[in-house]
Amino acid sequence: MFKHFFNLQLKSFFRAASFKTNLAFKILMIFAALYFIVVFLAMGVGSFFIIKKAGLGDPLRVVNRFMIYYLVMDLYIRYMFQKMPILNIKPLLYMPFKKSAVVKYSLGKTVFSFFNWMHAFFFVPFSIVLLTQGYDPLDVVVWHLAIMALFYSNNFLNIMMNNQDRIFYPMVSILAILALCQYNGWFDITLYTAPVFDAFFDTPWAFVIPILLLTGLVYASFNYFKKHMYLDGGLATKHTEAKSEDYTWLNRFGNLGTFLKNDIKLIRRNKRSKTTVMLSVLFIFYGLLFGSGAVEVYEGPVWSIFAGIFVSGGFLFSFGQFVPSWDSSYYPLMMSQNIQYREYLSSKWYLIVIATVISTVLSAFYLYFGWEFYLAIVVGAIYNIGVNSYLVLWGGAYIKTPIDLTSNKKAFGDKQAFNVKTMLLTIPKLVLPLLVFAAGYYLINPVAGYIAVALSGVLGFVFKDQAFKMIEKIYKKEKYKTLLAYKQTD
Amino acid sequence: MITVHDITKTYGTQTVLNIPSLEIPKGQSFGLVGNNGAGKTTFFSLLLDLIQPTTGKIINNEVQVDISEAWKPFTSAFIDETFLIGYLTPEEYFYFIGELRAQNKADVDALISTFEDFFHGEILGQKKYLRDLSKGNQKKVGIVASFIGNPEVVILDEPFANLDPTTQIRLKQIIKDLANNREVTVLVSSHDLIHVTEVCERIVVLNKGEIVKDIQTSTQTLKELETFFGG
Repeated sequence: MFKHFFNLQLKSFFRAASFKTNLAFKILMIFAALYFIVVFLAMGVGSFFIIKKAGLGDPLRVVNRFMIYYLVMDLYIRYMFQKMPILNIKPLLYMPFKKSAVVKYSLGKTVFSFFNWMHAFFFVPFSIVLLTQGYDPLDVVVWHLAIMALFYSNNFLNIMMNNQDRIFYPMVSILAILALCQYNGWFDITLYTAPVFDAFFDTPWAFVIPILLLTGLVYASFNYFKKHMYLDGGLATKHTEAKSEDYTWLNRFGNLGTFLKNDIKLIRRNKRSKTTVMLSVLFIFYGLLFGSGAVEVYEGPVWSIFAGIFVSGGFLFSFGQFVPSWDSSYYPLMMSQNIQYREYLSSKWYLIVIATVISTVLSAFYLYFGWEFYLAIVVGAIYNIGVNSYLVLWGGAYIKTPIDLTSNKKAFGDKQAFNVKTMLLTIPKLVLPLLVFAAGYYLINPVAGYIAVALSGVLGFVFKDQAFKMIEKIYKKEKYKTLLAYKQTD
Repeated sequence: MITVHDITKTYGTQTVLNIPSLEIPKGQSFGLVGNNGAGKTTFFSLLLDLIQPTTGKIINNEVQVDISEAWKPFTSAFIDETFLIGYLTPEEYFYFIGELRAQNKADVDALISTFEDFFHGEILGQKKYLRDLSKGNQKKVGIVASFIGNPEVVILDEPFANLDPTTQIRLKQIIKDLANNREVTVLVSSHDLIHVTEVCERIVVLNKGEIVKDIQTSTQTLKELETFFGG
């Protein structure tokens, strides 16, 4: 029986559409994966010495102190991205297997998920360093086991929590508030949680507790799944109550308004697009890495433009990148209706522009780091509106990955995700303004750098008509290929 | 209304459609039948410029469909669920299509109120998004939406599939009414020979991409078709 399951899994992996992308991208992706593995390994090995050198105290204690945040972040990431194992169960339900075998298989599958073993890249080298630094071997091993058991507990917690937004969001918000309290020195939760993690090291038998917890969770999720394995139970898709909305105030924009209405509904009513908008809010805080001087590499003046473009362009990059894929599920309708490409594209363009302006206004708190830093953001926003907005729409014509609006679970590590292709297309959007800025900055003076970038943005804005005509032509040319690609769902 | 000239569609070495010539006059109710893979959907997709012909051309009311887009204002279609927008409610979807076809809310309301029987109380005011409706109800929405904006050409791919018996009977009446209006050309494909002979005045049989029969419907037609597919 296991043989059959394994065989199915193998086929689903090798026959996935994402596996058929071309060789160059595959190689690039392997390099990217290797890069991240090396970075994590380096962190695992290096963090011990970095913490020690920084004089923060015993590295193990420091790691234990922040472990609670790490665990909750892990849970958050899983909740957002980890695919539920139930997806392919349906066709197996009526087969002559015992139900418990199917459940065991689907749960067992999650054990090998990337979300579990990625932590090993940090914790295994970290533990090895601990051993070489004279920590007691037995204590280190039990500590390691305890921590790993906790990550696996997260795995099963996540499975049971799936789609329970009302449990999940309050939990994460409480933790965010606690983190804020700690940052401001009002209240430090780690004072209470650190001893728990320390105990796994100090008390040799304490590691039994998380392992018991894990065992309990495994049984609980096994029973939960087995009980809910009915089409109208755990396998049912959730329906939300729909409310018709008119947005009549958009009618004054004519046909453009029609599309804007639709796009607003698209964003508000689909899981995937909501996640994207949340992601773009996170981009606003990206500038903190630069402004606060937390990362030394980012100190150079040219990098402030880099930050400016990201801070104001979160929505542009995360949403704009996937125009027209957002409409992939009904693209044939769009193509046979009485629709001008121009109006369709304009609507997306306006959304991007509005979001960029909002991000720029929201990021006004960067004035705290000096007006020059905020100026970089404003200049970045101008460039985003004037140049990058066209570039993303242009690039979108080539990204022919259909998007499943209703599911988040594929937003990561999948063909449809923020993948190498989209990353590659990002390069001209980022390198160009840096070069323009550097030219102005080093050839004339700093102010000239900002002016040069802003001017190129304004210039792009002036040539809006021409740019749209060109993009329209490309969309028309790619129409049939795009239609074909959107047909392939996996 | 619609003229087909030497149209072929080839994938690799396989020719999936080959129609040397076909003329569909204005106001005709035209039925397309054939087994799976006969090329029905391919033909409709070509009509809507969703795929490119390998050779030949299709003229819809003097517009060559793969060159100009001027056929769009007077042509409408429901092929499959990719013609629906899942995150809209049925009402919103109707208004959206209406706005694209220059119909205001009152026009759309007036039109869909004539289909209340057809909807059978399962579409309007249900507080459900289209993606949460059953397949049959989705189909009802798509079919009615294709009537919005007084189109001169209506293309329906397998409109009877997935519908319950009551709705099938009502749909037959709707298509007959539409066909009686000599301004509207209706193209319907179906696997149900009884329905299609009842509704269409002309029936074309496709087999492996080629037209093998072109019949003006009469009392003998059903028999003829059953012999063809049965034998």
